[in-house]
Amino acid sequence: MMLASILVLLITNPGAVLSEMIGASTEALELCIELCAVYAVWLGVLELVNVSGLGEKLAKLLRPLIKKIFKINNPEAERMIALNLSANMLGLGNASTPIGIKAMQTLDDKSGRANFAMIMLIVINATSIQLLPTTVIGLRTSAGSLNPADIIVPTLIATAITTITGILLVHGIERLRNWRKK
Amino acid sequence: MSAYILPIIFISLFIYCYLKKINTYDTFVKGAKGAISLVVEIFPFIASILIAVALLRISGITDLLATFLSPIFNALGIPTELCELVLLRPFTGSGSFGILESIFTTYGPDSYISRCACVIMGCSETIFYVATVYISQTKVKKLLYAIPVALICSLIGTIVGCVLCRFI
Repeated sequence: MMLASILVLLITNPGAVLSEMIGASTEALELCIELCAVYAVWLGVLELVNVSGLGEKLAKLLRPLIKKIFKINNPEAERMIALNLSANMLGLGNASTPIGIKAMQTLDDKSGRANFAMIMLIVINATSIQLLPTTVIGLRTSAGSLNPADIIVPTLIATAITTITGILLVHGIERLRNWRKK
Repeated sequence: MSAYILPIIFISLFIYCYLKKINTYDTFVKGAKGAISLVVEIFPFIASILIAVALLRISGITDLLATFLSPIFNALGIPTELCELVLLRPFTGSGSFGILESIFTTYGPDSYISRCACVIMGCSETIFYVATVYISQTKVKKLLYAIPVALICSLIGTIVGCVLCRFI
């Protein structure tokens, strides 16, 4: 992908390649500094949630659902996934990422290939279950919309369809793969 | 209303920890400490994907793809004006919010195009970014079918969202 872009730029605008790459890298650094601040807050809160035993309670509540969707038997991972999903639904994308990374680490079987639960977690996070699209509504309000919240219902329906399709597809593909192996 | 949710959650958490006789400050510090090492480790992944996206955009490949794919998008019911947004959304969060704002200024925030754009932003995620960051701390090299599935689902959500926007 990078190679193709650079090849095109070689013809159209060779001078822009390096400056553009460094610009993007600077942007990444700025983003990381911002993320570091955000993660510090959320990882601090996460530690409290875990140590106080609240994480365990939340996991117990969501366990039947997680067991059904992820097909795992790993209390540590179940707790992390429960927290990751809760943060996601509250629209706290930045809080769910560090928890998601930890969940992925506990799910990792070191085989170099993503297992079923890992794929499921990525798909669910990549299709974003979100109850309130706060950022979008904020942007729309500042752009002068008369009714900035009227997109909530279609967004909810669309995001529910996306996530449910994702879960069903991953289950379907897994079943197909198992059936083929036999 | 929603502004109250987080403070209330935090206060209840602190009170709960106090009741459980946990050293709240030390525990918080211990958790927060992890943030720096985490960010240091995911930085190279974020930098690489942002560089790739920047190159894709200025090389004009995305524009080319957008013109090329617009008949297909049109057939699926996605307005051609939203091609760039749909194409870049899986790669970049900040970039796609930039496009969303330019859509607002060009077509007005209450137009059909803008409403579709909002729904697209709400029902999809930066798929490549999420996948890269999530596997960055594991041994996984092969993601198998995770990304195609996520892309297909987002496309389905986008199509449904554009249909729904006709009715509001």
